[in-house]
Amino acid sequence: MKILVTFKSVPENGAAEANTRVINPFDAIAVEEALRLRERGEAAEVAAVTIGEPAVEEQCRAALAMGADRCIRIDDARPLDPYAVARILKAVVDRESPGMVLMGKQAVDDDCGQTGQMLAGLLGWPQATFASRIALAAGRETAECTRETDAGLEVIEVRLPAVFTADLRLNEPRYVSLPGLVKARKKPIEVLTCAQLGVDARPRTALLAVAAPPQRAGGAVVASVDELVLKLREEAKVI
Amino acid sequence: MGRTLILMELDGRRVKRSSLHAVGFARRLGGDYVLLVIGHHLAEAATSLVGYGAETVLTADDPALAEPLADRYAQVVVEAARASRADVIVAAASTFSKDILPRAAALLDAAMLTDVVGLEPRDGQTVFNRPINAGSRIATVALEGPVRVLTVRASAFPVPDQAPAESPMGRLAVEADALPAGTRFVSRQQRTSTRPDLGEARVVVAGGRPLKDAATFEKLIGGLADVLGAAVGSTRAAVDAGMASNDLQIGQTGRVIAADLYIAAGISGSIQHLAGVKDCRVIVAINKDPEAPLVKAATYSLIGDLFQAVPELTEALKKRT
Repeated sequence: MKILVTFKSVPENGAAEANTRVINPFDAIAVEEALRLRERGEAAEVAAVTIGEPAVEEQCRAALAMGADRCIRIDDARPLDPYAVARILKAVVDRESPGMVLMGKQAVDDDCGQTGQMLAGLLGWPQATFASRIALAAGRETAECTRETDAGLEVIEVRLPAVFTADLRLNEPRYVSLPGLVKARKKPIEVLTCAQLGVDARPRTALLAVAAPPQRAGGAVVASVDELVLKLREEAKVI
Repeated sequence: MGRTLILMELDGRRVKRSSLHAVGFARRLGGDYVLLVIGHHLAEAATSLVGYGAETVLTADDPALAEPLADRYAQVVVEAARASRADVIVAAASTFSKDILPRAAALLDAAMLTDVVGLEPRDGQTVFNRPINAGSRIATVALEGPVRVLTVRASAFPVPDQAPAESPMGRLAVEADALPAGTRFVSRQQRTSTRPDLGEARVVVAGGRPLKDAATFEKLIGGLADVLGAAVGSTRAAVDAGMASNDLQIGQTGRVIAADLYIAAGISGSIQHLAGVKDCRVIVAINKDPEAPLVKAATYSLIGDLFQAVPELTEALKKRT
């Protein structure tokens, strides 16, 4: 089975002012899970996919250094929205025919958390979002998945092929090793365009403005528990 | 004016109060709205919704919909949107709606916005505000139609008062055989806590890494929470250290809360954690570091040792009642 794992290049910690770019942390967890499935003999190949301008090849190399077998970069510099990304990835899935698609549950820069579900919808595949455990059944026709929901843990079984989105506690991604980096230099990065894939990925959302959020007014330091209780009761009236 | 389809979320057989905040959004947006409830045995839930001014309370009731499986629910949302001719589809942001609505959006060939906190008119259309970069910036975004899909932050839109007029009920025909069959529900970890849910609680008490271990965390944070009838929350570091369960993690990638009162003990306040609590009305920080970011953001700060301050606060509040 082939696993397709998708990743986004994001500013470190999702911070607008960060100079360093990294693989989106949730996507790194997805890469790690794909590698573990391959190392357990459940998958034969891990192909990593990203979208972006040539500079994101630094993150391609990081995914390859972690252990992905090859990488595909869709060359596109537009500010894409999740639905545009899902349409591009649909075309990549049609071309690659993987048995599983893995990605992070959200990117930490824009926090949309839509792409995996949209891709599953476009493909007509089952989805298992917010996954903290993925276990393939014997025969690899289904996978059992533990999902992290607001109400606690939920277990579902999905028929493969399916889309999985990784939550924080699915695993801890490995560090990139020096031999891994050396090997990564020899691994292929294939570059494709939306035109080559025959997909129209025009974004349907437009970022009009960005502003600082309203700041919380600085508070007061209280000297004792008694003063705190008094303030909560008399001033804030919350207890 | 258009029509909004609002997907409601259930807790057992009852409607989750947090999902009613999406009704507040629909009223701000204008036009009329339809409330959609998906599940099985929906009489109680549907009846509880007739006072919210909806054009219709629509139910999709079938044994095949007893569990919220995204592939099935997304298809029902799509059918309900078409049947009711809705041009906006919305739900309060939660793991439930974030699982289902993006899939439904793709099936409708529609783009989507997550965690909307505001809306404003601009050049003859309505545009939306949402936090990005861990809440450190607010983006204003235009969303192209004809169908638009959104999740909205409960904290940003009030639950409307109930009206005396009753909405009519409608049933959406469900063809169980035509629903996707690639996903099967296996089990759900039964929630053992009697404490309120983080997303619904008026008061939240949370602890961080300095709480040491699960037993100490439960004794101090749980003890204070119970005196206040509060929900318990935690930080990523404390969850990673095994002190609290994963669903108690507050922050950018966990739960976002909007309590009247948030008490944080031993939490310095990373940007990711602050993103999850900054809409709380009153924040109390108990911390030994006067320079901690959460101390700076708090309404009231108590500088000192939480191992003394928290039990003392618990006792003081016990005496009060």
